[in-house]
Amino acid sequence: MKKSRVFGRIYIALLMIFLYAPIAVLVMLSFNDSRSRVVWGGFTLKWYVALFRSHAITEALWTTFTLAVLSSIIACALGLLGAIGIFSMRRKNYRLMLFFTNIPLVNADIVTGIALLLWFVRFLPLGFTSVLLAHVTFNIPYVILCILPKLRDMDMQQYEAALDLGASGTYAFIRILIPQILPGVLSGFLMALTLSMDDFVITYFTKGAGVNTLSTLIYGEIRKGIKPELYSLSTLLFLIVLILLILVNLPYDRLFSKNKLETR
Amino acid sequence: MNRSRTRLLAIPYIIWIAGFTVIPLIFIIAKAMTDQGGAFTVGNLFAIFSPIHRKALIMSLSLAAVSTVICILIAYPAAIILRESHIKKKSIILFILILPMWMNFILRILAMQMLISNNGIINHILEVLSLPQIKIINTPQAIVLGMVYDYLPYMLLPVLNSILSIPQDVIEAAQDLGSDRLHVITHIILPLSLGGVGSGITMVFVPSMTEFVIANILGGGKILLLGNIIEQEFTVSMNWNLGSGLSVSLMAFVLITTLIFGRGNEERAGGFSL
Amino acid sequence: MKRKITALACAVTLSICLITGCTGGSTASESAHETLTVFNYSEYLDPEMLELFTEETGIEIKYEEATTPEEIYTKYISGGIDYDLICTSDYMVKRLIDEGEAQPVDFSSMEYSSNIGQKFWDISKSVDPDNAYALPYFWGTLGLLYDTTKVKGDIDSWDVLFNGEYAQDIIMQDSMRDAFMIALKYLGYSINTTNENEIREAADLLMKQKKDVQAYLVDEVRDEIVAGNASIGVIYSGEAYLGNQYNSDLAYVIPKEGSELWIDEWVVTKKCKNMDAAEKFLDFLCREDVATANFEYIYYSTPNEAVVAAMDEELKENPAVVPTDESIANCEVCTQNDPATIELYNELWKELKAQ
Repeated sequence: MKKSRVFGRIYIALLMIFLYAPIAVLVMLSFNDSRSRVVWGGFTLKWYVALFRSHAITEALWTTFTLAVLSSIIACALGLLGAIGIFSMRRKNYRLMLFFTNIPLVNADIVTGIALLLWFVRFLPLGFTSVLLAHVTFNIPYVILCILPKLRDMDMQQYEAALDLGASGTYAFIRILIPQILPGVLSGFLMALTLSMDDFVITYFTKGAGVNTLSTLIYGEIRKGIKPELYSLSTLLFLIVLILLILVNLPYDRLFSKNKLETR
Repeated sequence: MNRSRTRLLAIPYIIWIAGFTVIPLIFIIAKAMTDQGGAFTVGNLFAIFSPIHRKALIMSLSLAAVSTVICILIAYPAAIILRESHIKKKSIILFILILPMWMNFILRILAMQMLISNNGIINHILEVLSLPQIKIINTPQAIVLGMVYDYLPYMLLPVLNSILSIPQDVIEAAQDLGSDRLHVITHIILPLSLGGVGSGITMVFVPSMTEFVIANILGGGKILLLGNIIEQEFTVSMNWNLGSGLSVSLMAFVLITTLIFGRGNEERAGGFSL
Repeated sequence: MKRKITALACAVTLSICLITGCTGGSTASESAHETLTVFNYSEYLDPEMLELFTEETGIEIKYEEATTPEEIYTKYISGGIDYDLICTSDYMVKRLIDEGEAQPVDFSSMEYSSNIGQKFWDISKSVDPDNAYALPYFWGTLGLLYDTTKVKGDIDSWDVLFNGEYAQDIIMQDSMRDAFMIALKYLGYSINTTNENEIREAADLLMKQKKDVQAYLVDEVRDEIVAGNASIGVIYSGEAYLGNQYNSDLAYVIPKEGSELWIDEWVVTKKCKNMDAAEKFLDFLCREDVATANFEYIYYSTPNEAVVAAMDEELKENPAVVPTDESIANCEVCTQNDPATIELYNELWKELKAQ
């Protein structure tokens, strides 16, 4: 047992190194006193100062955040209801729904982007709203794919027992069903958030003039060399999330223990 | 559960799908079924079988399949280790595993390139340690590395989620009945987590089929994937019809694969597909 | 089932129209003061100049960026945004003019348009024969950036890319047009040829070359050469200047066989309703202080002779910043828009990449 735990620790450590090595490179670049990413020009903090002076970056950051949070919330709400609905469908419809759910996943981003653009221009001035609609569209499949396994693994008897004991459908739904699938919803939310923040192609084709997210800003800069301010921004964002994580100490940890997961 | 009423919950989602997935899809299918002059054709749909496209399709399929398998092989043990570990806040670990994804994708891929390029960081470290240099940049292996790196969290999340939510008493019951650790994993954890693995496979395999940025940067543009071709038809040769045609056939191809896969999965896992 | 879906689609459309109806109102009030929607390559204009323009004229700029001519064309043609002014490259400028998407502009009435050298108006004639639509903005060449410490002697020919001497040490542009351009020039053909045999010959050459190419990259070429991952790279002149800033061992050359001469120009689209404002903007860009600021923002070659005249000697003598007349004598502007040729290019390029 002990030996396997040491092995386990090493395994997780290696995994962390794999996932974090490129991040370490980016953090390093944020302190690089050279505009080129491949030349080390000495240590500097000037990009952090420049970051707060850049109007374009702060604005793009704000757009990215609002977009990510709004689209993830909408996607989770629609996806949660959708997943429960789909789950209770008969086999044939269930299959059909999954088929349609997968479409945005299967389409190349550029195809989704251009298809949405062709559709949006018929009734909607391109702007923030159009990007939001597009983001919700590509976020939903991920949310549904996170929730469906939870529904399948769910303990239906509890729900039925609650109904038998006189709970109303809505009450049983909120008290029994939701807590069981909440971890799935949260994973879906996190994924949606991540995808939305990372997307370039779809955002690019559906955005209006003057609307920029961090991704569209970064892609534009690859050619002339990415502004080092963006490395410092990434580093700061990363640190903020990490610190928040440690401070908050995870409010939804309890959700896992609700699923009777005892850690011995 | 009152199925007919719960089914209604899907209505907003169905409306959304109709409005923002089906209608745009119709635009694309319409493009795919016409040539550049606007006349009806099915040539674009069958273009995927031309030798060059078939070659790219096979390359995309194999790289996506290899990446997906590697993701499972990495994520699954990690999930089991985390489950068995004594760490209380497992969700923190979960969070930490996907945190790297919050840095911009293109920045991360560029950083990866700096790590593995011939004159890159890893090779400098290896040189100092007088170890042999790695030469994987601009090869299919580099693309697989990039894909695994980028998509691993999409496998980790659902797999971890389904493994962590297996009730402990089920496992204890098995142990009480004399199962050893291996037996518990193969006979309890594995069947109960197939749903999560299935989701993970979809979320890794499907996007990696249309990926092109990783292939461009880490593959040095020397390996042609179907995603590159579709992208090029739209952005360089401006042949939207062929691009749409290839895209629709790729879509059909992947959806059929997932349906077949889903069916097999359903029999094993009992009533759940994908 | 089908009818249901149609009904649902209508419901969605309706509700969205309701939502956007509100946002639509706010955009209507915005048009009370003058605005221009400007579409340009990314990082191609000093953003402070936009603010200066608004300050001076009161005209608001909605600024939008893209990275390739095709992206610009796609976004313009899709009609999602009514761009007033577009800056794009030679062959795409020609396409916009040929398709009737551009409006003629009276350049002679503008105060500062005379700052643009006659040479560039002449170059511009290859896409806009009467100089009626397009205003030159930046120009340059495609050439080789190489590391003088790793390459024997001076390079002056495309030959180094094809003779195998620098196998696995060269980086090509991951761009169909540029790759064919190089092979065609090396073979002594025009870059705008529509002769299938010449193009196939160029493709064969590129096929043979593939085993010697370390990578086909677009934006990363400069960094790869600077980092020393490869010795020779195909690159645009402006990038070469930037590369030199980080590594002084690098040199840029326009091969003697000739190369591509590219020119990026401004056109006013037919959607522009405020020609007066558009002309003010173009005139503003030609003004010496503004053109200098934009030049110093990216260091691409400027057609603005007032700016060139005021440059430091060192800059003026750098062929990546100010190409000499001899070096561009063999260069051609890309004007190729023939659909059949593009399709052939595309087929052959895919074949090359799939090889």
